[in-house]
Amino acid sequence: MFTGASQFALVGVLGAGGAPVAAVASAVLLGARNTLYGLRLAAPLDVRGFRRAVAAHAVIDETTAMALAAPTTAALRLAYAVTGLSLFLGWNLSTLAGALGSGLLGDSAQVALDAVVPAAFLALLWPRLRHSGTDRVVAAGGALIALVLTPVVAPGLQVMLAAAAVGLAFVGSRR
Amino acid sequence: MIWTVVLVASLCCYLLKYIGLAAPPAILERPAVRRAVGLVPAALLAALVVVQAFTDGSALVLDARAAGLGAAFLALLLRAPFLLVLLVAGGTAALVNGLA
Repeated sequence: MFTGASQFALVGVLGAGGAPVAAVASAVLLGARNTLYGLRLAAPLDVRGFRRAVAAHAVIDETTAMALAAPTTAALRLAYAVTGLSLFLGWNLSTLAGALGSGLLGDSAQVALDAVVPAAFLALLWPRLRHSGTDRVVAAGGALIALVLTPVVAPGLQVMLAAAAVGLAFVGSRR
Repeated sequence: MIWTVVLVASLCCYLLKYIGLAAPPAILERPAVRRAVGLVPAALLAALVVVQAFTDGSALVLDARAAGLGAAFLALLLRAPFLLVLLVAGGTAALVNGLA
């Protein structure tokens, strides 16, 4: 898996004792925006067959942002390839280091790590909160739904159901 | 078991990207669909924040993680970079836990 928010969500839901189906669904919902990125990138990248299969792996927030900021098609392809490859290596080496290193942690490091997870999600969410009022409303709704449902539904399911908060963005705009 | 879940989720996430590159653009170009898909991360990430900070299984709890999240919030307000935010959150939680 090479799409950060989905990876964190999968681990987060499973770590909280959630059902595998809920974990996968959360990861997929978070990864759905990559489909939109792919649609944006399809024409300028213009890749087919095997090259398309490889290029698809790198369709994420960062590569899309870097590619679409490039002034020419050639620069776009270069930016896409360089960003994709360097992030792919860095990300997966870090994941490996985390997997191998976590067994060595003591108690207070474990407490610290437990607090790092929600902080990481907040940091991922932050740019959206800063730039868009609609995102703030939807985020508040999502958080509220998740908290209210936590005692009621199976662990992990509340995260998935929080996606319903997207509906808030459409309330009042239909006329 | 756990690896099956990881592999299934990985495959799904990969296919989402591939579909974008391979599909005729018209399919997902409807404005409402674009808008909804663009907003889903805000809802899910916010849900993950509160679930990871304030819950334990099916219980709502308030512990050192809340202090860490508060510290992270302040760090983000001060425009701290990603890694620093995580360090601040972890350090604060460890400190609060040590005091308690």
